[in-house]
Amino acid sequence: METVINLSHVVAVLGGFPALAGIDFSVQRGEIVLLQGPNGAGKTSLLRVCAGLLPIERGSGTVLGIDIATQREDIRSRVGFLGHANGLYLDLTVRQNVNFWAATVGADDAEIASAMSRMKVDGRLADVKASQLSAGQRRRTALASLIVRRAEIWLLDEPHAGLDAAGRDEIDGILRDAVASGATVVLASHESERASGLANRIVTVDGGGAR
Amino acid sequence: MAVSSRRSVATAVARKDLLVEWNSKILMNQVAPFAAIVMVMFAFALDNDGILQRVAPGLVWLATLFSMLVVVQRSFAVETADGALDALRVAGVDPAAIFAGKAVALMVQLLALEAMLVATAVVLYGVEMSLVGLGQVVVTMVAATVGLGAVGTLYGGLAAGVKGRETLLPLLLLPVVAPVLIGATRATEAGFGSGGTDVSEGWPWIILLVVFAVIFSAVGSVAFGPLVDE
Repeated sequence: METVINLSHVVAVLGGFPALAGIDFSVQRGEIVLLQGPNGAGKTSLLRVCAGLLPIERGSGTVLGIDIATQREDIRSRVGFLGHANGLYLDLTVRQNVNFWAATVGADDAEIASAMSRMKVDGRLADVKASQLSAGQRRRTALASLIVRRAEIWLLDEPHAGLDAAGRDEIDGILRDAVASGATVVLASHESERASGLANRIVTVDGGGAR
Repeated sequence: MAVSSRRSVATAVARKDLLVEWNSKILMNQVAPFAAIVMVMFAFALDNDGILQRVAPGLVWLATLFSMLVVVQRSFAVETADGALDALRVAGVDPAAIFAGKAVALMVQLLALEAMLVATAVVLYGVEMSLVGLGQVVVTMVAATVGLGAVGTLYGGLAAGVKGRETLLPLLLLPVVAPVLIGATRATEAGFGSGGTDVSEGWPWIILLVVFAVIFSAVGSVAFGPLVDE
């Protein structure tokens, strides 16, 4: 199995405090890895380091073979990070949102149609403004945007937040489909029971370290 | 993941911003009426045809600047409402392309607004101009708009992530665009023939506008990424 994320003794600082304190973390291609731990444990910081958003102070590591210390910008274009916000334009329709993200990477109409179909935001929903969507529909639209960007690793921070039971089930199905299609998923979630049924592996993050 | 060229990403961003406006009609239904009301209020305040014709160029550009503040706020409000600007940066989208796309969309909207304001000045204030003068006013509008679009996008991005951005943006932006106000007003005066000015007197001011546009387009392309990241 190919190692797509490999961090060794990584230290990262956020707001003057060590968010990650010498963490070791690795992910194989095709895995679904659940990060669990209390608030402030470093789960989001770990995701942000993997996304090339948070610089490291010490240690070393690669994401998709790219050095996280020196080539963070290159990592960003190959992974998809979805935080608490969905990154949608609320005055645009679902189709217009996905089309826009597709245009940023040159994805074609077939890829757009396929992503919208997989996320079940095609048909009548495609022409509804994002501001009029439910929380789950917005999340699915954001994930459709990740698909058209051809993200190889999905880094998701609390993907179940704000969704009802049906919406959470949908997200789980989408993540399984994504992995079946070749993606790798790392998610941080407080919903340990639910997410543990989804994940291949659970990593507990606490005090900026992992076990 | 394939990465589009800077030009195609800039085109996508500009198209997206214009689609947002097309869907929401904020410019048409709120900003343009606001600008027209400002022109009418000036007419009430000055209440003298001779004075109005003389100061019409300044009033057109003041109304443009006030309206631009609303358009720039709006341009970045749609980016921050659901974290879209962050998502663009997180996705590694070229910041220079984001800057160019947003600036072009802002320029298109400002040009439409300025055309309406000049037409309002002609109708409301009784401004008369020759064909050559009209040509110079159009050139002035284009040169001034490129500068305003660039500086508006740069400062809009700077204020986007800051608390109290609604009040901060005018404080930051208005002093910086003072050269545009002066240059565009003088060039438009020459185009309108206000106070007996000749069309030829407008060209040095248009050169000033072009220099301003070039400087802020270049600075914006380089500085937008670091400013938004901060």
